[in-house]
Amino acid sequence: MSVDTATVAKIAALARIKLSEAELAAMVPELNGILAWVEQLGEVDVTGVEPMTAVIENHLRLRDDVINADPLTGGDNRDGVLANAPVAEHGFFGVPKVIE
Amino acid sequence: MMSANLTELGVAAIRDGVAKGEFTAVEVAEAFNANVAAASALNAFIVATPEKALEAAKATDAKRAAGQPLGKMGGVPIGMKDLFATKGVQTTAASHILEGFTPQYESTVSQKLWDAGAGMLGKLNLDQFAMGSSNETSYFGNVISPWRRNDGGNAALAPGGSSGGSSAAVAARLAPAATGTDTGGSIRQPAAFVGISGIKPTYGRCSRWGIVAFASSLDQAGPMARDVRDCAIMLEAMAGFDPKDATSLNLPVPEWEAGLNGDLRGKKVGIPREYRMDGMDADVAASWDRGIEWLKDAGAEIVDISLPHTKYALPAYYIIAPAEASSNLARYDGVRYGLRDLPDGAGLQDMYAATRAAGFGAEVKRRILIGTYVLSAGFYDAYYTQAQKVRTLIAQDFKNAFTQCDVILAPTAPTAAFGLGEKSDDPLSMYLNDVFAVPASLAGLPAMSVPAGLNREGLPLGLQIVGKPFDEQGVLNAGLAIEARAQFSAKPEKWW
Repeated sequence: MSVDTATVAKIAALARIKLSEAELAAMVPELNGILAWVEQLGEVDVTGVEPMTAVIENHLRLRDDVINADPLTGGDNRDGVLANAPVAEHGFFGVPKVIE
Repeated sequence: MMSANLTELGVAAIRDGVAKGEFTAVEVAEAFNANVAAASALNAFIVATPEKALEAAKATDAKRAAGQPLGKMGGVPIGMKDLFATKGVQTTAASHILEGFTPQYESTVSQKLWDAGAGMLGKLNLDQFAMGSSNETSYFGNVISPWRRNDGGNAALAPGGSSGGSSAAVAARLAPAATGTDTGGSIRQPAAFVGISGIKPTYGRCSRWGIVAFASSLDQAGPMARDVRDCAIMLEAMAGFDPKDATSLNLPVPEWEAGLNGDLRGKKVGIPREYRMDGMDADVAASWDRGIEWLKDAGAEIVDISLPHTKYALPAYYIIAPAEASSNLARYDGVRYGLRDLPDGAGLQDMYAATRAAGFGAEVKRRILIGTYVLSAGFYDAYYTQAQKVRTLIAQDFKNAFTQCDVILAPTAPTAAFGLGEKSDDPLSMYLNDVFAVPASLAGLPAMSVPAGLNREGLPLGLQIVGKPFDEQGVLNAGLAIEARAQFSAKPEKWW
């Protein structure tokens, strides 16, 4: 399968990356080169093979049901969470107006 | 001891020298701080933190004066790849989108190193979001390898990637050791390019908490240092269960340093026939052959093994890693942290797209687009599911091979270091540099590179050892056996 300019523009929109016309034109052959190369995976007989979900067997754990048991990953840290926000106002993340 | 000599010491020698009082931790920190300050031509560091290195050294000296234990890394200053969140110190992943980001917390691995007595010399340059094999995708400029070819020219060479700042810093004696991360070879390939050692442990040994995520099912932290013993010491300090990482292994950390033993009698070393590819670099092939002889000399039995799906590892990797990256990097939105680009009159969606256009470099965008495409409706099964099935087969290949051998020996990379710019125009030829490193990553296996000698251009070549899950000791021991016989002592001549 190969991609055309319209498809790459659609992928870029899905990925929320603005591409100029020139970037778009350059990206099409690059992506096609990579996609043509990965297509050799289609040669592999995968009948009855399960897709990999975990390379090392491990059980998913549940944390203890305690509020803020870990001060680093718990709550009560509003200022820390907002410290790197480009715009933080009144204890919230600031964004451009989304409702007219 | 003269400060110039202190920077020739590795982790074990510094730890032991400080503990015995042969020199102070402050003297060591000052010596390395001076080397860092004098090496801006290499561009190995994005930010230097000499005050952090000194502060930790003073704490170690004070502990020694008080008769307290100094820790596994007591008095050892290290470089920290700028992919680890460090509290109060800018953490960028070498990207524009995270420029100025100052974490409010410390990554688990870096905290463990500080708790073990290490100090931070600075944050090391890397390929942007760890995506690259030459350190040419950093927003903060290329890292230049301290090595040069022996042709009398001064062509700038790649230090490897993505941990290129780490490899350059250790090889140039700016740090006795550094952290790296390995997603598809990013510890092993740069270590090989500059003639140092580096180990990627079993997936889950080192916590990923606080490491900027690239491809979460592959990302693993590990040490890069001058020899095998130093790697063993530092890995002990970095590894261990962390409840904050869902894939962290709840296993005790073995005493790898105490367990070092280069006697391989009774061990079997597998040589994968598929790795001997047509048109293989003659020096790389010869170095591999020497490695086989060295391991025989150490008492090992050599067995021929087959890893039949080897040729499919790289294409599978270049679906899986970009797919995970496209998901992980969705978090950079100009809202919560990092860069915001808000064109006049732009709405929220336009702000996302403009921020990500301005904040990500070309290789990062390329991988996000590939990842978005292979995960999109209609293509998911053909690309992503197929790649994950092939990944199962690759892991099965290793499992089968390990019924016949204890460790596997292969080259680390298909060539020695290449020149900056030689491969950067062609993404595919760059990707192929990780052909020997990626299979072990896809299978989550411990793997290490150790220096094996110089090629005809006077550049280092590495040999790679891949082990069974959880058998870092077997990998380190085979590495030690090679190290004892390779007697690698070459170092780059100072030009910077």
